[in-house]
Amino acid sequence: MSTLASNGASAPRLYRIAILAMGGEGGGVLADWLVHLAEAHGFVAQTTSVPGVAQRTGATIYYVECVAADPRGRHPVLSLMPVPGEVDLVVASELMEAGRALQRGLVTPQLTTLIASTHRVYAMTEKIALGDGRVDADALLQACRRQARQFIGADFARLAEDKGSVVGACLFGAIAASGVLPFVKAQFESAVRDSGVGVASSLAAFEAAYQQAQPGPAAQGTVPALSPEAALAKLGPRLQPLAAQVRQFPASAIATLVEGVLKLADYQDEAYAADYLQRLSGLRPQLSPHEELLESLARGLALWMSYEDIVRVADLKIRATRFRKVAQEVRLEQGQMLEIREYLHPRIEEIADSLPAGLGRFLLRSRLAQALLRPLLGEGKVLESSSLRGFLQLYLLAAARPLRRGSLRFAHESQAMQGWIDTVCMLARDNPALAHALADAQRLIKGYSDTQQRGRAHFAIVLAAAGALRAAPDGAHRLRTLMQAALADEEGTALGQALAAQGLTAQGLTAQGLTGQELTGS
Amino acid sequence: MAERSFKKEVQSLRLGEGEQFRGEGILAVTKALLQSGVSYVAGYQGAPISHLMDVLTDANDILQELGIRFEHSASEATAAATLAASVNYPLRGAVTFKSTVGTNVASDALANLASGGVQGGAMIIVGEDYGEGSSIMQERSHAFAMKSQIWLLDPRPDLPSIVRMVEKGFELSEASHTPVMLELRIRACHVHGHFTTKANKRANFTLKDALEAPRRDTNRIALPPATYLHEQEKVAMRWPAAQRFIQAHGLNEFFDGDVADARLQRLGIVMQGGMYNGVLRALQSLGLADLWGNSRVPLYVLNVTYPLVDDEFKRFCAGKDALLLVEEGQPDFIEQNLNSLLRKADLQTRVHGKDLLPMAGEYTGAVLLKGVRTFFEREGVLERERRTIPIATLPIATPPIASQPSADQAPDALATLVHGRPPSFCTGCPERPIFTSIKLLEREIGKHHISADIGCHLFSILPPFNLGATTMGYGLGWAGASAFNTGETSRRSISIMGDGGFWHNGLTSGVGNAVFNKSDHLLVVVDNGYSAATGGQDLLSSRASNDIRATHHPIARAVQGVGVNWVRSIDRTYDLKRMKATLKEALTTPEKGPKVLVAQSECMLNKQRRVKPQFKAAAAAGERVVRERFGVDAETCTGDHACIRLSGCPSLSIKDNPDPLRRDPVTTVLDSCVGCGLCGEASQTAVLCPSFYKASIIHNPGRWDRFRQRLRSAVTGWLQARIDRRLAGLQA
Repeated sequence: MSTLASNGASAPRLYRIAILAMGGEGGGVLADWLVHLAEAHGFVAQTTSVPGVAQRTGATIYYVECVAADPRGRHPVLSLMPVPGEVDLVVASELMEAGRALQRGLVTPQLTTLIASTHRVYAMTEKIALGDGRVDADALLQACRRQARQFIGADFARLAEDKGSVVGACLFGAIAASGVLPFVKAQFESAVRDSGVGVASSLAAFEAAYQQAQPGPAAQGTVPALSPEAALAKLGPRLQPLAAQVRQFPASAIATLVEGVLKLADYQDEAYAADYLQRLSGLRPQLSPHEELLESLARGLALWMSYEDIVRVADLKIRATRFRKVAQEVRLEQGQMLEIREYLHPRIEEIADSLPAGLGRFLLRSRLAQALLRPLLGEGKVLESSSLRGFLQLYLLAAARPLRRGSLRFAHESQAMQGWIDTVCMLARDNPALAHALADAQRLIKGYSDTQQRGRAHFAIVLAAAGALRAAPDGAHRLRTLMQAALADEEGTALGQALAAQGLTAQGLTAQGLTGQELTGS
Repeated sequence: MAERSFKKEVQSLRLGEGEQFRGEGILAVTKALLQSGVSYVAGYQGAPISHLMDVLTDANDILQELGIRFEHSASEATAAATLAASVNYPLRGAVTFKSTVGTNVASDALANLASGGVQGGAMIIVGEDYGEGSSIMQERSHAFAMKSQIWLLDPRPDLPSIVRMVEKGFELSEASHTPVMLELRIRACHVHGHFTTKANKRANFTLKDALEAPRRDTNRIALPPATYLHEQEKVAMRWPAAQRFIQAHGLNEFFDGDVADARLQRLGIVMQGGMYNGVLRALQSLGLADLWGNSRVPLYVLNVTYPLVDDEFKRFCAGKDALLLVEEGQPDFIEQNLNSLLRKADLQTRVHGKDLLPMAGEYTGAVLLKGVRTFFEREGVLERERRTIPIATLPIATPPIASQPSADQAPDALATLVHGRPPSFCTGCPERPIFTSIKLLEREIGKHHISADIGCHLFSILPPFNLGATTMGYGLGWAGASAFNTGETSRRSISIMGDGGFWHNGLTSGVGNAVFNKSDHLLVVVDNGYSAATGGQDLLSSRASNDIRATHHPIARAVQGVGVNWVRSIDRTYDLKRMKATLKEALTTPEKGPKVLVAQSECMLNKQRRVKPQFKAAAAAGERVVRERFGVDAETCTGDHACIRLSGCPSLSIKDNPDPLRRDPVTTVLDSCVGCGLCGEASQTAVLCPSFYKASIIHNPGRWDRFRQRLRSAVTGWLQARIDRRLAGLQA
């Protein structure tokens, strides 16, 4: 014990590696490869982890230390956990896990090489949002680049998938490419070979990642916004008459208008798309100074006019393109066959909606008709759209498309849309920002049955609130706060609180005459 | 069969004298047990010692060759009681469980065992589940050691030290007639390292010898007046004997430091053995130690943290101005003990500990570095902030590393970007539909008080389910609702219990209790065929055959056996309609009395492990096999994600909306989907949306398949061409 600590040049280099992964992602295998690699080449290596229940999809850290074996046979004392500021290599199996490494201070600009697969595995909190709960992936990437001495980022998960392997094998290839560890490529490869499991695919993934892992800032792939001309070029020969009308609009709205026209022609027919443009043209005098507002309104109107009904769902489900998409999504291979079963649960309301208005109203009123129909609907249907029987049923439903304009739902939706448009136009005069917010509020209406009713109820409240906020200079901000709250939970708790915070109540708003029923026609 | 197989690894248990062992901490502990000549081992699984149980299971052949009896104990209490074999006979035995939850359960037996004392070495190997990644409450095994007077071993976390402490632990136990507890922290259990082995030892005195020539000694039984004798023995004989043994065999370690540096010689660091590597890393960072463990400051490493050896402390403190005590966990038992000891000895050495290191929380690398540095700054060895932790200089705001994260800290950029990722139900988990059903049912008949239990099913308390109000311990789900046996309302409570907890104690503490107290409430037993959360070990009610244990004992029969009349079994939890209807019946039926719903579907993690290789082999062999998975039509999905809020399946995710007009991401099903059917059922039962489809992928289709396909394609192809004509020319 008389030998003193020597921190001079003679001290062997210690390599400290933290692997952040989620349970079941093979972080343990990666750690084992590293240990095997080190031990096979005269190093002493140690690895630890905290598996526990983290195996069940939770986030976990594997930690590896290795150092060249001492010629004098002394055993190094290695740490069982990473110390912030003292980690040479951080490997993250996913982008948010890379963020977690940054948050824990494991990545230091002076020292740390960060290798991350840049794909996203969304956290539960991101997935359960009523709208878009995803975090800003670009901000995470920027933080990675800013914080690491060297950042190697690529979608290693996709690369692994392409090679029929797992992300760990790609990360191992990226580690080899990073040059942080004192081993050459062939030594890495033999560690994979020695493990004896899925060697061929692991090595293919390793090689692909090795080639792709170029240290330095990863290329930024931002999609440039479509120019008006490029957008117009999407319109086919049958829609050329409408193209001329679209050109009349401000450049900033053209891409959206083109998408709207395409969607509505597909949804109903060219005449319907023409109606859409007609409607918007009529509003231009009122909206002309506010281009952004026009764009939002065009977006919302296209979505509203293409509301999802039984006919639309059937129409989309039976198309050849859809069958091809499913085959692609489930990775159907040559020689395999595919059967598709749809999980449907139309209710009396949806049936009534698609009937001619008079008949639909009758059905909604008639207990007898409902009682007769209900057993047919039951607890939902599983329809095999790949079978003749199922396909023909859906085909018949889709064939009812020409009747749509006369349906009960169509009448309701048209009326509700008009209420929204009128309010937006009215607000555009004295509070354009508020009008813009209200134009965006169409986003609240989506989904089917209960989901849609909830959305409609929330929309009705927001619509009424827009009226109440007409004179408020910060009305737009306040309305957007309400919209955000409407998307915070299903029960409407957050919306209730947000209303209260602004001195409003749902009852009070609807009592002013602007009831959800009248406004949305539901 | 357990989730992880150690069949290959256990071969290293056969290593002989002077060979090199390489592997995980728990495997090394097993090898050390064999080298110590144990006659029996037992235990109950739970992180971090689940793998120890799995290793023992997979090593059963080797154990039998050495005449060792291995038991899968019914509970930690059973495991601890197993050590009774060492009371009257010179039999060495070891039991294992997770601590402190398992130690809580085992306490009754441990107290009785420690009262009478042992003749053969008795060792309790506790997996100390504390700190990051821990799944239980923040307690210390130390308290249990103190209250029952069981010696507590806390070896340095490297394999040679751990193995030595197992071997010496048995000797210490025998020398002091006291059971010993080997405390292994979670990382030490899973640390990979190596050590030089000894030959396995077969016990001279065997279980057979004991059974064929039984012995008894009334003085060893915990009943007055012997118990008064035991207390005297504990303080007058066993304690001093232990201290003598610890000193004589050098169980605690002294490191002299730089003897030429007078300033450093006036200081010292005392630590729990388990803290050694972390402290050494801090000293390395501060330039006060090298990689080989040569510290410039004197160290005293407590591989035995209870009892403390007064003489050793006095010796270490002699001539020292100050020492730092590194003791993880609270209360600060060792620090209190040390201060009292120094006071009595009239030694003036200043004791630093919880003043420089945090009272609570794991002593991570960053925490230790900060505490150790502060100690040397205070003592004038290091200049204040001479070395800064690089993290402090970073541009991105991160929480101060040594302090506890608190909600009131200014929100930093990363905090909003990095969400928590707690463990959750696996893809296709059969437990998920149970909670989906409860959630759907609550929309109809209102919210209910839900008493949760320990097991995977406790993930129900997290998003997206947010169900469950309390959990009072393993198997205590129904017991936790017993106060609500009131007759003043017809609203019933729901309790959850897993099959693991059920057999551990829930059958008596929950079901028997409910029958006897005339409960009118509902218990849902999640019967997935395994002790799933701990790694898929078998149970009495497992539906798989096990070579060394008896399975196939249905839970429903056990429940009926103790007197429950209202028992329903659902053998496919994914059947939401049935599940919901049965739950509704249980909660609304006028029939009085306890109600038990046994929800049975095989743990998907284990099922996939079983089925996947079979499927692959069949497909490769050209057999007609069908793989099912679900999907979502992005065109009809509107991005509300209600389906995810009712499921939370890892394979149910989101992606960019392909519709340029929409902004919210659409739901998508990842290829990891195992086709359990929950999302389809949920979207139907909850009347969500028509976007879900089930794809059946037929491998090696037969002649009939191909004929049918041709027929279908002829008709559908013609109709699809009509649709295409309608759409032709719309898009360029």
